[in-house]
Amino acid sequence: MRDLPEPTPDGEPADAGALWRDALLAAALVAVDPAGLGGVWLQAGPGHARDAWIAALRRLMPASAPWQRLPMSLDIAALSCGPDLGLTLATGRRVETPGPAARADGGVLLLPGAEGLDRGAAGALAQILDTGRAPGAVHGPGAAARLALIAFDESAGEGEGLPPALADRLAFRLALDAVPLAVTEGTLSPLDAADVAGARARLDRIDVPPALQEAMVVAALRYGVFSLRAVVLALRAARAQAALTGGAEVGEAAAAAALRLVILPRATCLPMEEAPEEAPTEEAPPPDATPPEDPPPEDPSEGEDQPSSAEEIQAMADRLLEAVHAELPPEVLASMAGGARRGRARGDGAGQRRLGTQRGRPAGVRPGVPGQGRRLALTQTLAAAAPWQALRRRAPGQRLAIRRDDLRIRRFKTPRETLTIFAVDASGSAALARLAEAKGAVELLLAEAYRRRDLVALVAFRGTRAEVLLPPTRALARARRALAALPGGGATPLGAGIDAAAVLARDAIQRGQDAQVILLTDGKGNVARDGTEGRAAARADTAAAAAAAARAGLDALVIDTAPRPAREARALAEAMAARYLALPGAQAETIAKAARAGLEVAR
Amino acid sequence: MMPAFPFSAIVGQEALKTALMIAATDPAVGGVLAFGDRGTGKSTTIRALAALLPPMEAVAGCLYNCPPGRPAACCPVCNGADPQPEMRPVPVVDLPLGSTEDRVLGALDLERALSTGEKHFEPGLLARAHRGFLYIDEVNLLEDHIVDLLLDVAASGESVVEREGLSIRHPARIVLVGSGNPEEGDLRPQLLDRFGLSVEVRTPQVIAERVEVVRRRDAFERDPEGFLADWADAESTARDCLARAREALPTVEVGEEARIRAAELCLSLGTDGLRGELTLVRAARALAALEGEAAVSEALMARIAPMALGHRLRRDPLDDTAAAARVERAVADLIGA
Repeated sequence: MRDLPEPTPDGEPADAGALWRDALLAAALVAVDPAGLGGVWLQAGPGHARDAWIAALRRLMPASAPWQRLPMSLDIAALSCGPDLGLTLATGRRVETPGPAARADGGVLLLPGAEGLDRGAAGALAQILDTGRAPGAVHGPGAAARLALIAFDESAGEGEGLPPALADRLAFRLALDAVPLAVTEGTLSPLDAADVAGARARLDRIDVPPALQEAMVVAALRYGVFSLRAVVLALRAARAQAALTGGAEVGEAAAAAALRLVILPRATCLPMEEAPEEAPTEEAPPPDATPPEDPPPEDPSEGEDQPSSAEEIQAMADRLLEAVHAELPPEVLASMAGGARRGRARGDGAGQRRLGTQRGRPAGVRPGVPGQGRRLALTQTLAAAAPWQALRRRAPGQRLAIRRDDLRIRRFKTPRETLTIFAVDASGSAALARLAEAKGAVELLLAEAYRRRDLVALVAFRGTRAEVLLPPTRALARARRALAALPGGGATPLGAGIDAAAVLARDAIQRGQDAQVILLTDGKGNVARDGTEGRAAARADTAAAAAAAARAGLDALVIDTAPRPAREARALAEAMAARYLALPGAQAETIAKAARAGLEVAR
Repeated sequence: MMPAFPFSAIVGQEALKTALMIAATDPAVGGVLAFGDRGTGKSTTIRALAALLPPMEAVAGCLYNCPPGRPAACCPVCNGADPQPEMRPVPVVDLPLGSTEDRVLGALDLERALSTGEKHFEPGLLARAHRGFLYIDEVNLLEDHIVDLLLDVAASGESVVEREGLSIRHPARIVLVGSGNPEEGDLRPQLLDRFGLSVEVRTPQVIAERVEVVRRRDAFERDPEGFLADWADAESTARDCLARAREALPTVEVGEEARIRAAELCLSLGTDGLRGELTLVRAARALAALEGEAAVSEALMARIAPMALGHRLRRDPLDDTAAAARVERAVADLIGA
C-alpha cells in the first residue's frame, strides 16, 4: 500500500494530482481487462474521491457490462448460486438464482465493508477470482463469473484491512483519502468508453517481448515482491496499457506504468543494485538450498525467440525502475519501504461473534426470516406450520401453506477467542532479563494457542513511547521473527504503555474477542505520555491511564517484576482494578502460568 | 469454464508434484499438506492434478460416486431399477473456508420436502468427493467444528449424518489435500498428523525459473486451448506414468530391511504413534511404483522421509530448526548420505 506523502504547507499532499491520475489509469486498465486484473483494493472512506473514482470506472466500462454490489454482511452462501427461498416456497419447487457473483459476470462486483471481511468469505471470493466461476449448489454446475472485484476498505490503515488471500489477487491498491475535491473535480479521465472498447478489441493481439517480460520479473524482485501472482498481474496490466495507447506490443513505458501501479504498492524494500537473493528483507524466504536438478524445459510456444543476454536484461530492468521513479515525488519513495512494513504489521483479524446466525456449532432455533446469511431451520418451520394447515386455504395442487410467521432460522455458537496482550516495561537495567522472560512466555502461550485458538500480542514501552512489537497473532513463525530483535533500556513511559495495551484490548473487544492485559512492570513510571521526563507528570499520567483502563472494564493482571515487590505496582493494580501478582525475577514459565490462570478466570 | 493449468507445465514445485503423484498412486497414503507463501502456485498445482487422474467407473445420475455393483445403502439411483454405468472424472472438490456443515455433510432436500412432503437427503461435498480428492485452501484457518468433522470422516472413510430427523451413512473415502500460509496461523496438531505427506512450497529463487513461470502463465491465460495442445504430449506421458504406477503398486516389494530402517528412523526422531511409520513405508512403495522400481530401496526411503515425517515431530516452540532439516539429519545419521 502506498503511503501518502507529508502534506505541503497548504495542507494538500504534494502528489495528489499524480495519485489521482494513477487512480484514473487503474480504472481504465480494469475496464479493459476486468477478469484478468482481478480488481482493485480501494482504500478510501465514503466521500467525493471514492464516488468520483467509482463514477469514472462506470463511465469507462462498456454500457452493457453488469454492475453488482454485494451486501455489507456477506456470507458465502449468498455468493454462490443456490435456491431462491422465496420463490421455492411460493412455487413449491426448487428455483435457482444465479447469485451476485454470477450476475456480475463480465463486469464489476463491488464489495463494501471489505476491511471487516470474514476469512471464509474472502476465501470464497478468491476462489471465484481464480476459477472465473461462482460455485453452484453442492452438486450443481455453478455459473461463469469472470469479473473485477472492487473492495472498499474504510479502515484507513488501522486495524485489519483486506484479508491477504484477497489482497494478493487484486492487481491495484489505491489510497484515495488524501485526494482533495479540487483535484477529483478538476481532473477527468482523458479516456472514454470508446477508447476502452478499442483497447479491448486489440488486447488479445498485444505481445510482450520476452526480454521485457524477464526485465519485469527482475524489477519486481528488486522491490522485494516475491509473489509470482503479482508479476503475472503486472504483465496483464502492461498489456492493457499498451492496448490503451494503441501499441502493437508492450513497450518499456507501458511496463513501467504497470510496475508503478501493481508492483510498487506491494514493495517490501527499496530497489537495490544487486539481485535481492542475499538481501535481508523480512519477507524473503530463505534461498533454496538445492537448486532444481534440471533447468526448466524450453517453452514450446516461445522457442523461436532468442534469449537476450543477462546484461541487456539488467539494463532494461534499470531503465524500468528509473521510469517508475521518475513519475514519483521523492517523499513517496522515501516513505515507501516503511509503509510496506507497516502494511504487513497487521492483526490476524479473525473476529467472531459469540452467538451468530451463520456459522459454528448449532445453538437452537428462533423465529425469523431467512436470507442474508440467516439459514432456514426446515424441520422446525414445517412443524410450526403443521397445526394451521387445516385452517389455511391452499391453492389447488399446493400441499403446504407456509406463512412468514412460520419461518424459523438457526442459531450457531462460535467459540470465542481470547487475546492476551503482554505490556512489558522494557526500561532500565532489569529490562533485558525481563524482556527475555516475557518473550519466552509469549512463545509458550503461542505454542498452545493453536489448540485453544487464542491470540497473543506484545507491547513494549521504553524511552519516550510505547510500541506494539507484535500485533495480535496466533502464528508462531511470525511471532518469533517479531520478538527476535527487542531492544531494552531507557526511561519508563508507563502511562503510554497502559494506553497502548488498552487500545489493543478495545480493538479486540470490538472484533468480538475477549481481551486480557498482562502488565509486567515495577510500577515506577518516569516519563509522561507526551514523552517529557519528570516523575510528577509521569505519575499523573499513569494514574489517568490506569483510571481510564479501569473505567473501560479492562481485564488486567499486573505482574510486579521489581526485585523487592514495591507498593507502586500494587497501587497501580488497584487503580486499574486489576489483579496483582508479585513475581520478582519472573520466569517465562511462571508468567505463562499466570496468563493461563487469567484465561481460565476470563472464561 | 476456464480449463485448469496443465500439471506438467508447472515449473519447479518438485516436492509438491511428487507428493501429489504419490497420493494419486496410493490414496491410502492419506493426503497431502502444502504450506508456503502466497503466490507460489500451490492452488494451481493441486487443481492441475485432476487432469492426470484416469476416469473412474460410476453410475449415471448417482450423487454418491458409488462404484457400479457396490451401492451405498442410501443411494436411490444405484439401488433403483437398472443403474447405468458411466465413466466420470475422479472428483477434485474445493472446500471453501467458511463452508457450513450443511454444505459439507449434506442436508434435507428442500425441494422434495416442500413440494411432495418427502423426507429426502441431499448429499454434500463429502459425498461428491468420495473416491477422489477434497482440496481445502487455507486449511489452517478452517473452523474447528468443520475440522473435527473432516478428521472423523478421514479416519473412518464414512460420513454419518444424524439430524433433522435424518439418519444417513454413506462411504466417503477421500484424500484430503490442504494448503496454507503458516504466517497466518498454525494447524492443529491433530489435523496435521492426519495428512500423510507435507511439503513446504517456496517461490523459485532462480530468475530464469521465475521468468519461465510468468511466461507460461501468460501464454496459458492468453490462449488456454493452444497452450493445452502444446502440453498435451507431456500430460499424456504423466498420465501413463500414473496409470502404470497404480498397476505396479501391489507388486512393489518392501523388504524386511526397509521396514526395519523405517522403524529406526521413526524411533530416532521420536514421532508419536505408528502412523508415521506406516505412511513412510506406503509412500516409499508408491514412489517406487512411480519410478518403475521393483522394490523399495534405502535411497528412496531417505528421499521420502522429510515429507512423510516432517510434520509429525514434536514441536519445540523455542527451536527454530525447520522440521524437514531435522528429518534429513536423522536420515543422514542412519542411512548415510
